[in-house]
Formats: sequence, C-alpha cells, structure tokens
Amino acid sequence: MLDYLWIIPLLPLLGSAINGLLGAKWPNKFVNAVALGATGLSFACALEAVREFFASGQAFVHKEYFDWIVVPDVVHGGSLFRAGFDLQMDQLTVIMLMVVTGVGFLIHIYSTGYMAHEGGYYRFFSYLNLFMFFMLILILAANYVLLFVGWEGVGLASYLLIGFYFLRKSAADAGKKAFIVNRIGDFGFMLGMFLLFRTFHTLDFATLFNAQHAAGWPPDAMGHLGTFTIACLLLFMGACGKSAQLPLYVWLPDAMEGPTPVSALIHAATMVTAGVYVVARSHILFTHAPIAMVVVAIVGCATAFFAATIGLVQTDIKKVLAYSTVSQLGYMFLGCGVGAFSAGIFHLMTHAFFKALLFLAAGSVIHAMGGEQDMLKMGGLSEKIKWTYATMLTATLAIAGIPPLAGFFSKDSILLSAFNSEHGGRILYGLGLFTALLTSFYMFRLIFLTFFGEERYDEHHVHVHESPWSMLGPLVILALLSIVGGWLAAPALWGGTDYFTSFLGPVFGAGEVPPGFDEAAAQQLEWILAGVAVASALIGLAVAYWLYVKQPEKPASIAKSAGPVYTTLWNKYYVDELYAAVIVAPLMWVSRNILWKVVDVDIVDGAVNGIAHGASEVGDASRHTQSGNTRSYAVWVVIGAIVIIAVVFWPYLKPVSIGMVP
Amino acid sequence: MVPTTYYIALSAVLFGLGVLAFIFKRNIITIFMSIELMLNAVNLAFVAFSQASGNLDGQVFVLFVIIVAAAEAAVGLGIVILIARNRQTLNVERVDLLKL
Repeated sequence: MLDYLWIIPLLPLLGSAINGLLGAKWPNKFVNAVALGATGLSFACALEAVREFFASGQAFVHKEYFDWIVVPDVVHGGSLFRAGFDLQMDQLTVIMLMVVTGVGFLIHIYSTGYMAHEGGYYRFFSYLNLFMFFMLILILAANYVLLFVGWEGVGLASYLLIGFYFLRKSAADAGKKAFIVNRIGDFGFMLGMFLLFRTFHTLDFATLFNAQHAAGWPPDAMGHLGTFTIACLLLFMGACGKSAQLPLYVWLPDAMEGPTPVSALIHAATMVTAGVYVVARSHILFTHAPIAMVVVAIVGCATAFFAATIGLVQTDIKKVLAYSTVSQLGYMFLGCGVGAFSAGIFHLMTHAFFKALLFLAAGSVIHAMGGEQDMLKMGGLSEKIKWTYATMLTATLAIAGIPPLAGFFSKDSILLSAFNSEHGGRILYGLGLFTALLTSFYMFRLIFLTFFGEERYDEHHVHVHESPWSMLGPLVILALLSIVGGWLAAPALWGGTDYFTSFLGPVFGAGEVPPGFDEAAAQQLEWILAGVAVASALIGLAVAYWLYVKQPEKPASIAKSAGPVYTTLWNKYYVDELYAAVIVAPLMWVSRNILWKVVDVDIVDGAVNGIAHGASEVGDASRHTQSGNTRSYAVWVVIGAIVIIAVVFWPYLKPVSIGMVP
Repeated sequence: MVPTTYYIALSAVLFGLGVLAFIFKRNIITIFMSIELMLNAVNLAFVAFSQASGNLDGQVFVLFVIIVAAAEAAVGLGIVILIARNRQTLNVERVDLLKL
C-alpha cells in the first residue's frame, strides 16, 4: 500500500465523480453505496498504509508519482525547479490521515441519516467526497505546491457545501464570504511560497526541511526580520484564513449556513485545522523565526479568548459551536506558537473527535427539533433524546477539560507549554486558562439550555424524536474516541512517557532537556497546572449550572445590567460591521464610483462607443461627397490627380527664373 | 524641328479642354468625345516623347491606347444606347441613382 499512496485520495475523487455525474437519478441507496464505499475503502487503505508504515520501521516515506511542473536547467542539466505529484508519509501525516479518513467516514455515515430527506442528495455526497479528496491531497502532499492544490480544493468544497442550500440568500452569501476571506489568506500563503522558492529554489518538504540543508541556508534568512520571519508570517497569514484566526475568522460563524455534517467535517474537524497542520508541517521554518512564533502564539491566544467571549452570549446552537471552534483553533496555534507543535497537533486530534461529535449531536438535536437552532426555544430534551444527550454531554466534558476525557490532556499540554515558554508565557497562560473557564461556561450553558430546564418549544408543533441509528452510531463511536483519545498522553502526569509526543518525535524532534532541569519540580508544576485547569473548568460548569438551571431568570437580568458589554458581545464586537465600514464600503464606493462609472462607462465603454460614434460622424460628413453625379466624381478624380502630381513633383520644382528678372 | 515642349504644351491644352468638357458638358455623347480628346492628348504626348528619345516604345503604347479606346467606345456607346432607351434622355444629371 505504501507504494500506492495515491489510491487513498483517488478513491473519494472517483466517488465524487460517479455520484456527481451519474447520481442525479439514482435512489439514495446507490449514492450511499458509492460515497460510503469510496470513503470506507479510502479509510481501509489508509489503515493498511499506516500498518505498513509502522511495519517498515521507516521514519519517512516519500513517493514520486509523476512530474507536474518542471523547469529544466539547460546549462547544467537536471532541473532548476520541480513540483511533482509527490506524496509523503510520516508520523504527522499518520495522525492527520487517521483523523481525516476516520472522522470523515463516520460523518459520511451520519450524513446518510441526516440528509435522507433533503433534495440534492447525490450532490451533497459528491461534494463531500470531493472534499475528502482534496483534504487527503493536502495532508499527503510532499511539497508546498501540491499542498496548495489541496488547500484551494478544500476551499472550493467548503464553498460548495456552505452554499449547499443555494436558494437561500444567506447561504449563498456565506459561501461567497468564506471563499473571499480565504482568498486574502491564500494571497499571503502564495507570497510565502514564492519567497521560499526565491530563497531556496525548492518547495519540496524533504529538501526544504532537511536538517543537513539547514546549515546551508542563506545567512540573511535568519535574524529578526529575515526571510524566515517574513515567509513564516506569510504562511501564517494563509493559515489564519483557513483556520479562522483573527482577523480573518469572520467567515467561519457564517459557514454554519451549510448542512450540519458539513459543519462537523469541514468547519470543525478537518479543513479548518489545515492551517495548524501547515504551521506544524513547516515547524522547521518557524523554529528559525522566533518573531513569527511569537506572532502565532499571540494571535492564537487572542483568538481563543476573543471567540470564547462571543460564544458566551450566542443563542444559535451551531453559532456557539462555531465560535468554540474558532477558540479551540486558537489554542492549537497557541500550542504551535510556543513551540509545542505536538501539543497543537494533539489538540487538533482530540478536537476533531469532540468537536465533530458536538456538531453531529447538535445536528441530531436540530433534527429532533424539526430544524430549530435557537437554544432559547429548546430545553428539557435530556429525557427525550437520551443517546444524543449522553454523547453530547461526553463531548462537552471533553472540550471543557474535565479529566480523564480527551480535551483535558491536550489542553493541559498546551497550557503547560505556554506557561513554560520564554516570550510572555505567563500572560499567554493566564489568558488561555481564563479562556478554558469561558469554554467550560459556554459549553455547559449550551447543554443546560438545550437539555435541562423547562420545555420552551411548542409541543404541538415540534415532535421531538430520537435520530436513526445511522446518526447515533457515529455519535457513540466519536464519544468513545473523545473519552480515550487523550489517554496517549496520560502517563506523562505521573512521570511516564507522553506517547503522543514521543510518537511525533521523529517529525518535531525530541524536546531538549534544558540544563538544570528539575524533574520533580516540573512534575509538581504539571500537577499544579492541571489542578488549576480542572478547577477553572469546574468553576465554569458551576457558574453555568447556577445561571441556567438554578436561576433561569438570572441571565436576562445580568445581560440587562451588563448593558454595553452584553450588546457588544451579542453583536460579536461589531467586527462584521467594522469590516463592512472599513473594507467593504470603500471597496464598493471605489467599484461603483470609479471602476464602474468612470473606468467602465467613461473609459472602456467610452472608447468603444467613441470609435463607433466617430465613424458614424465621419460617414455622415463624407456621404455628401457621394452625389451620384458622374461629373462630380470626375471632379474628385481631377482634384486627386492634381494633388498627386503636386506631391510627386513638388521636390523637383525649382524657382523658375523668368528672363526679365536679372 | 518643332521642340518637344510645344507638343507637350499642346497635349496639356487638349487634355485640359477634355477635362473641362467632361466636367461641364451634360450630354453623354459629348462627354464621350471629351474622353476621346483626353486619350488623344495623351497619345500626342507619347508620340512626342517617343520621337524626342528616339525610342519606339511610346508609339507602340499609342497603338494599345487606340485599341483600348476603340473597345471602350464600343462598350460605352452600348451603355449610352441603353441609357437613352431607359431614360429617354442623354443628360447625365438625370442619371444619378447612386446618390445617397
């Protein structure tokens, strides 16, 4: 299988093509068979590839399948630049591969239940498989160029799926917004690639990141504002767009217009983590650019906090989860930014489990409520949809960081790394810890509003029903993963090995033990920080319980007394309005008043119309010469002849000396 | 011997008369005759230059011109007859259907 890595992404592409081209008239069963078959087989192939990878004992597998862009060196032979269809596999790829194919397969199963009664069934699965294809290309790519293909492809799939209900204007707009905001990030990403190419003349990961090669890096590349810093910042700009970080996060909450399985797969578990993946993949560049690292950490931490505060007051169940996703992605970047790449990837993995689960469970709730997404119109559902409730509670405990669930370990390792980092680590840690408290609060607020308290919906209109097993099955599996997913790192707490970090060791390098490292003190610190984190999560839980179960009328009065703070949060810090005023409005003005009314109407149209108008004017003036009278034509001939003769003979004319003049 | 200049001057005068007649006369037959006049003015110039340069090319050319003039007269008179039949007039000012 290792020799045939290309099969893994190809299968979903085939599924997408078959469903997209032929599926329109098929019954759902056939579409299911193709879509699930493609993803399932892809998952199986990925498993086999991973098995062989471990069996072979290699740290790194690199396969070149065919050339794509080659610039031959005509002088010396060989090639100046090569970007091929090359796939690679290392421990980081293994993690991503398992998350993408595994979680992707579960979400495909879930979708068969969730989308069963929707129109465009084949279209949905065609897009979903297309997404899988591009995502797999993204994580298997062995150079930045191929990675960028996947990167843009998932953006396309995301656009198509956000706008899946394209007849609804808000959905179509949200799709466009996601696409355009991502373009801004991709612009930076491309510039970053160009800069890397200009400096190193290659975009292959293997050569670019080769440790021996590192010694030969140009001297000006290092340093504080050297090539590395700029290239990393540009790559991070792309990551900010894809992974919804400040200031480009605005598209992700709107992306919730798409069907819920899409939100789970693309906008929570996989695609939005591509930015984190790129930063982790480029970790060698980033570790040479301390400023870029600090920027990544600060942006991540700020986003985590910022999005969490917005999440506090949202009432749309999917919006809360969307802001939560933005916030958790911030954590991952915080981890990467403080140099704990494996912690960032660890959180990426556990987040994929519990956030996919949260979205799918939310989808199940929405399904049960007949399409209602407003939590204020739910309540008391815990008895009626027990499985959904149980699994969602598991995911909430996981994301809140309650041990021994997955989120606790991953978040704890990020916070620990932040605490130990050199550049303002305590501030990052403090903000991260406070965000953990907020996370716990808004997640339990969601649980309490949805599943507890009195029923706030109209029982005559809403027939609450548990979802079919095709939906509940994936929920249960993801719930199990959300529980056990973090245990790989658990032994570290009592002095053992953090299996996850040591697993990724070959990629990120084993952490160096600083001189004078006190094992016992570090152990103690880890326990203290873990205790503090759990305490903050419990505080969040308790506050949410007190506000939304014990005294359900309290939140409204708090909102009223908090006044401006509440309105600011409710309006998401007016960021959309700010962007509309600062960027969109001037652009619109320039487009309308300059590009449209001046450039297009006056200059472009003016030139074309002017030429036509001029021709017409000239014709109108000269038509009078056409009298139809033969003799007048003869006059023109004579005049013409005289003019020609005059022109031809003019140079030969000499002043004629008439005899009488001396 | 008569200088070449005189022949050329005569030729120019004849040509000018032909042009003027072509422009100002209305009768189509007269216009035809003025064309013949212009052609023959040119013939005269050819012959004069031929004689002056001692080269027979000009005289050969004149023969061609006479042949073409004869053919042109045959075609032209045919047209004139058709115009006379269709329009009952030989006045060119009445023949202006090409006018915009």
